[in-house]
Amino acid sequence: MGFFIEVLIGGLMAGVLYSLVALGFVLIFKASGVFNFAQGAMVLFAALTFVRLLDILSETFAPLLLALAITIAIMILLAVAVERLVLRPLVNQPGISLFMATLGIAYFLDGFGQAVWGSDIYTLDVGIPKDSMILLASVFEGGILVSSGDLVATLIAGVLVVTLAVFFQRTRIGRALRAVADDHQAAQSVGIPLNYIWVIVWTVAGIVALVAGIVWGSKLGVQFSLSLIALKALPVLILGGFESVLGAIIGGLIIGAGEKLSEIYIGPLIGGGIENWFAYVLALLFLLFRPQGLFGEKHIDRV
Amino acid sequence: MFYREAGQFKTSYAADQAVFPIAQDRIFIGIWLFIGFVAVPLLSNQYLFRAILIPFLILALAALGLNLLVGYCGQLSLGTGAFMAVGAYAAYNFWIRIPGLNPLVAFVLAGGVATLVGIMFGIPSLRIKGFYLAVATLAAQFFIDWVFSRVGWFTNYTPSGSIAVPPVSVFGFEFQSPVRKYLLCLTILVLFAIVAKNLVRGRIGRAWMATRDMDVAAEIIGIRPMYAKLSAFAVSSFYIGVAGALWGFVHLGSWEPLAFDINRSFSILFMVIIGGLGSIVGAFFGAAFITVLPLILNQLPGWIGIGVSTAMISHIEFMIFGALIVFFLAVEPLGMARMWRIGKEKMRLWPFPY
Repeated sequence: MGFFIEVLIGGLMAGVLYSLVALGFVLIFKASGVFNFAQGAMVLFAALTFVRLLDILSETFAPLLLALAITIAIMILLAVAVERLVLRPLVNQPGISLFMATLGIAYFLDGFGQAVWGSDIYTLDVGIPKDSMILLASVFEGGILVSSGDLVATLIAGVLVVTLAVFFQRTRIGRALRAVADDHQAAQSVGIPLNYIWVIVWTVAGIVALVAGIVWGSKLGVQFSLSLIALKALPVLILGGFESVLGAIIGGLIIGAGEKLSEIYIGPLIGGGIENWFAYVLALLFLLFRPQGLFGEKHIDRV
Repeated sequence: MFYREAGQFKTSYAADQAVFPIAQDRIFIGIWLFIGFVAVPLLSNQYLFRAILIPFLILALAALGLNLLVGYCGQLSLGTGAFMAVGAYAAYNFWIRIPGLNPLVAFVLAGGVATLVGIMFGIPSLRIKGFYLAVATLAAQFFIDWVFSRVGWFTNYTPSGSIAVPPVSVFGFEFQSPVRKYLLCLTILVLFAIVAKNLVRGRIGRAWMATRDMDVAAEIIGIRPMYAKLSAFAVSSFYIGVAGALWGFVHLGSWEPLAFDINRSFSILFMVIIGGLGSIVGAFFGAAFITVLPLILNQLPGWIGIGVSTAMISHIEFMIFGALIVFFLAVEPLGMARMWRIGKEKMRLWPFPY
């Protein structure tokens, strides 16, 4: 039993990390209807920028804060560039063209980040502890082994989600974002500037990508494979629904737990290495019963 | 002046329903076929065949198949690489398990297997739409990748997991030299293109297009969505499966599951989008563009004489490729086929203003 719970908790925490990436997808899809495949590349780009700046600025008085500030500034610039160069020329195009354009952005960012910052593996240390601890040793024999890094990551994700929720519910910009998400035309007709909103939402997604990049980077090292995390976040996304922040979280938890449990309990039976596709098949099974994801908006077709 | 249909009267139903109703179009296609079958084999060298022409033909076939699904039926699929893998591995298994089997028959059978797998993974499309479906087809991609790298039976228990096949030979005629391989691929591609062109003009193609434009409305006017969607998945997978078998047997000769990974899916989807959704000729344009572009980008630093490290070149290649994709979509979101159509309209009037 103790082992089962240990695996379950490990899975749930991995799931939180997936949710961090999925959140960026959800934000952009909600506000602009763009299925942003570049989110993974943004995670890599933000993490690379951050870790290299940290290196360059290590002589200054507050390298961590400075690097963070500059990286955020760069993500804002990126958001402006994306809006100007990609979204604006492609207004009113079918979703698939926009999706393809974000694939182009992903290629560009992967190349650009590595051309500017180099393609080695960088270790990132922002003070997230790496050791493990044993919980509840009195309840179960041997206790439950939990990585404290994952625990910190979970806390960060929690803080991020609460911040985002407050931002969406309580601020003026957040309300505007929700209005745009509901109906572009109606939002525009009450005077919400769409272009400005898109810059903001891509910035927020960029900052979410930075947080995800820092958390993942300190776990695995900052390297090209961070970019592929997007593929891990996609099943989370369809499971939770494209339009729901809550869905991204719950979906992440289900996928994370399911993936780890299946790897331990089903994997050995059919040859191992199943974590690549299990999440997708799990998400697919859920979709057969709820085609819009667990928390997605129900789509009503009118002819 | 030269390209106009004035004076060409249609005097029979057959003429009215011709694939190319305008005489100049027929001449033009004839010229292209002549270039493809006669001029290119005479003029090209080995490098062109191996690096550009053969990959172009096979990928054009795959793009054609995917275009039937995405462009005509509107079902977004990211599992193309996996269906190509199904074709390649199925052809391999038919070929080693049935001694003396004609490879061409093996290709067709492989296409049949890909069709069945395609239908299976197309079933979710009856419930799931749009990007949800796209992500769901990724399930096919990752699952099939895993099956071929983990289940030894499919690779005939080769220890390394890679597969090697001898040159294709039909009735003792060996397709070993690049020219013969090229002609084999070209013949298959032309046959499949003719079938595709006629499919999309016919009843089934119209059903696909109605489903693409609005599936609820299509259902109301009496098109069975299950039939339309699954038939699109079936035909598309057949094309892609045959393309995969050709890719393995004719182009690569030996391959690993990595040859059909998710990047293959994306590159073929790029071909379809850049070439033009819902256009047969677009698949050819897109395949040519995506096949030739990386080669040019690769050669470019050498031509203009900049010495940079290979790692840098590959990063810059990525950047330029990504930027070009975005640029292209911004300039003409409907793809090269649309430019082609605009060009033809202009030609019709030229040199008169109207």
